[in-house]
Amino acid sequence: MGAASHFFQAIPLDLIIIQTVNGIVTGMILALVASGLTLIFGIMDVVNFAHGELFMLGAYVGVIIIATTGSFWLALIAAALIVAIIGAALQIVTLRPLIGRDPLNTILVTFGISLVLQNFALWEFGPVARKIPEPIESHFTLFYLTYPWYRILIAALSAAIIGGFWLFLKYGKFGVWIRATAQDRVMAQAMGIPVPLVYTGVFAIGAAMAAASGVLFAPLVGVNHTMGLDWVLKAFIVVVVGGMGNLGGSIAAAIFISLLESYATIWVDPSQAVIVSFVVLILTLLFRPTGLFVATPR
Amino acid sequence: MTTAPLDKVTPLDKARLSHTAVFWIGFGAVMAVLIVAPLILPEFWRRFLTEILIWGLLAMSSDLLIGFTGMISFGHSAFFGLGMYGAAGALLMVSPPNLWLAILCGLAGAAGAALFVAFFSTRLRDIYFAITTLIFSQIFYVMIFTWTAVTGGENGLIFTRPHLSIPFIYDARFTTTTMHWFVLAVVTASYLILRRVTQSPFGMVLQSIRENEARTRAIGYPVERYKMVSVMLSGLFAGLAGVLYAVQNEFAAPDFVYFLTSGDTVIYNVMGGIGTLVGPIVGAGFFQLARELLSRLFGDQFPYLIPLGVIFIAMIIFLPQGLLGFARRWLNR
Repeated sequence: MGAASHFFQAIPLDLIIIQTVNGIVTGMILALVASGLTLIFGIMDVVNFAHGELFMLGAYVGVIIIATTGSFWLALIAAALIVAIIGAALQIVTLRPLIGRDPLNTILVTFGISLVLQNFALWEFGPVARKIPEPIESHFTLFYLTYPWYRILIAALSAAIIGGFWLFLKYGKFGVWIRATAQDRVMAQAMGIPVPLVYTGVFAIGAAMAAASGVLFAPLVGVNHTMGLDWVLKAFIVVVVGGMGNLGGSIAAAIFISLLESYATIWVDPSQAVIVSFVVLILTLLFRPTGLFVATPR
Repeated sequence: MTTAPLDKVTPLDKARLSHTAVFWIGFGAVMAVLIVAPLILPEFWRRFLTEILIWGLLAMSSDLLIGFTGMISFGHSAFFGLGMYGAAGALLMVSPPNLWLAILCGLAGAAGAALFVAFFSTRLRDIYFAITTLIFSQIFYVMIFTWTAVTGGENGLIFTRPHLSIPFIYDARFTTTTMHWFVLAVVTASYLILRRVTQSPFGMVLQSIRENEARTRAIGYPVERYKMVSVMLSGLFAGLAGVLYAVQNEFAAPDFVYFLTSGDTVIYNVMGGIGTLVGPIVGAGFFQLARELLSRLFGDQFPYLIPLGVIFIAMIIFLPQGLLGFARRWLNR
């Protein structure tokens, strides 16, 4: 009874607006993580289990660079570049030998990579969470809250990165190669596109996007060696709900799920709000197994 | 023992006979070693061996999916954990605690979880199946972790070990030795059942789903139903492993429902050799021994998962059939 009356209590409008803003902010970061994941899947048929660890690695590289140089923006760029190089190396060493084998092998290998990276981070940086200070400290007033501008900036930057990436796919030479490979691997190779290089490049780009989102998000929660798994799980849900390999669908699903979770925290504890995204996943699997945001079911 | 008419013994039958003989002699030898082991080993290693057997049972149950049906489950921690909590519930609520009731409740818990997972995730194939099993296991983890009133939340549940009792015949406290024998008996029985299942017509259908799902469906087998049954069967045996672990260690903790347990299960399978049933037990033994060795050599803080993870990656690339892979066809004949 108590819970029910609490549930039906009139929800103040300002609370809803605040949760909407929160949901969009986390949704944009999630979209950035998930678009890297869906890109790697769509082009290479690889489910990158280590994506969350690349996110975490990016955040740690950010921590180190901020500690030495003090510049957040330098850290953002450097983390993306360094993790891109690490990603390319990982792809060449572990995933390239598996091309042509059962795709299930790739999920096992990336799972192994995630184990190694996570334990490396624990060993190297210890279990205590590191903190990155927010680069912009100004706030604005949102009803009764002082809301940090930085969060709005995160959403804008994530959107800018995704938009820039979309333009690159559309007009860049390498982007055209990527799209060609995604469409027809054999034909692309016949046309002289270096497909193995495209694979490595795609993995590096996905890793860079994960690292950038890691640095962007780090000021909000702190950097910890286990932060990857939560994100990769959410990103998996987003990618399945949005339709595997579908960039636009992933972005829509990321914002949709984050908004729902954010509204759910009006009533329940954040740790239980995760269940909302699980429910969305189950409903999607039941009624639209190819993805909620796919225009025509395949 | 029935004797076949002499005229029916063809050279093929002779080869078959010797194969079965060799198999059972090998089986008997391994069993003899495992039965005698607790009498010789010191306390620590006795418990260690028992735990390897329990992890082996968990891995073996998931081998039914990975090796025979061709579906990689990243969610076996859910079944293991529900078995654990089911047993814990039975042991806490009924006094005096009864071993068989605990097993029954654990199996019921695991079956519930398995039904749920099987119903939704068998709609999907390959990678999607792997991801959804992972996500479902996290649902159970979140539920167990946050439902503090029932599950004890982060602290888990602590209870006392039941007696080893066979009604009207035997009733005594578990010692580490009898515990080992009990676990060994359960694991052996599970192995024999699973081996029988994989060799049965049902098991053949599972293997044909692994080899070519579209063709199996075209022949007329209800593939989804077969997959659901195999997930449920696998979940039951994983739950049994959870019950054994709970009885052995006298606690149930949410950590075991967490994804890492599922990850370890997959590692045991790949290291030992998928599709062999005994391979996963060998893999569990290899993993646990390597871990113990590494932490003894370099101290407790050593991140043993880094070298083991590298070995795991190297094995997938260079030795995808695992340690026992060379014997796969022989073991399943």
